Amino acid sequence: MNTNANPVWTLVLTFGVMSLFAVGGANAAIPEMHRIAVEVHHWMTDKQFADLYAISQLSPGPNVLIVTLIGYVVAGVAGALAATFAMCVPTAVFAYYVSRLLARKSRSRWPAIIQRALVPLSIGLMSASILVLAQTADRSLLAALFTGAVAAAAFATRLNPFWMFLAGGILGFTGVI
Amino acid sequence: MPPDQPSPAIPAEGVPAAATQPPPGVIALFFAFAKMSLAGFGGVLYWARRAIVEQHRWLSADEFNETYALCHFLPGPNIVNLSMVFGARLKGIAGGLAAFTGLLVPPMLIMTLLAALYARYGEIDALRRILAGVSCAAVGMLGATVLRMMMPLLKRREVAGVVMLLLVFLAIGVARLPLVPVLLAAIPVSIAVTFLLQRKVSA
Repeated sequence: MNTNANPVWTLVLTFGVMSLFAVGGANAAIPEMHRIAVEVHHWMTDKQFADLYAISQLSPGPNVLIVTLIGYVVAGVAGALAATFAMCVPTAVFAYYVSRLLARKSRSRWPAIIQRALVPLSIGLMSASILVLAQTADRSLLAALFTGAVAAAAFATRLNPFWMFLAGGILGFTGVI
Repeated sequence: MPPDQPSPAIPAEGVPAAATQPPPGVIALFFAFAKMSLAGFGGVLYWARRAIVEQHRWLSADEFNETYALCHFLPGPNIVNLSMVFGARLKGIAGGLAAFTGLLVPPMLIMTLLAALYARYGEIDALRRILAGVSCAAVGMLGATVLRMMMPLLKRREVAGVVMLLLVFLAIGVARLPLVPVLLAAIPVSIAVTFLLQRKVSA
């Protein structure tokens, strides 16, 4: 199932590379995390992946910390630390150097062009995240309808996400979805 | 100001000196970012803007937007990038590290604890059902966020952008191709298309 390599190094390598390709942030990298954690390495099931996404959304802190949860499943506390820093350090170092570079020659129009070019890609990735997560989380027609209703309500109103999570928790607990 | 300050020209011009406060110490940066990171639902960005612009007045609103725009187009978690770039802007590398660790380490410890609890109790039936329901809601929340981001593209009728969006969606979401090769192909194409369209408009 797994390779013979130490799983901590697999985590570091996986998330270190992903860090530099997560155009649009952590939510854009969800399909790749799912592909690697569920399909390639069989670290967890679909249901576990959906659970971890839910926990990461319920907890304080940046969204990216779903990698802490994945890392823990793979290799305990060492895995949690390795996954988090592998996902966050390369991109932070990269951001630091780019910000210094841009401060020097801010007349260039390339940053604006690159930014414009990346926006549709990041939205495409996040749309893929929705599809992948919906396939793992929405196990029934009612569940899918509830997800759609939450999306519509959150899009149309400024309701605090807490109420959506509470509604989902109650509907899940009572077995409706 | 240290010589490695990324953009020394910006705070000096255009912004009244009274608009922003003197840069905080490294420890204050750590705790400020820890606090905004733990502040609660709705994403860290909201709390970051409030703390940096309104509460501490370390940056003006424009400076914050400018820093955030940079971090948004860079790969990786935006708010993590922001902590590093912002901290370094105020206090050099030490400031960047302080903001970065303040943002990540406290919630990471909480997350590790939750992961341990999940590993032990995740199979309890009631918890499984609750989490299943919450994940349905979380997907819906993400759907609303993506919809919001998509609106400007649709409103401006950016056909090329929508086509790129769909291609990436199909490659990653439907065909389940790996991220790196897809982006290595999509990024140059998208940049070339954007560049050519922009030149056509300005010509």
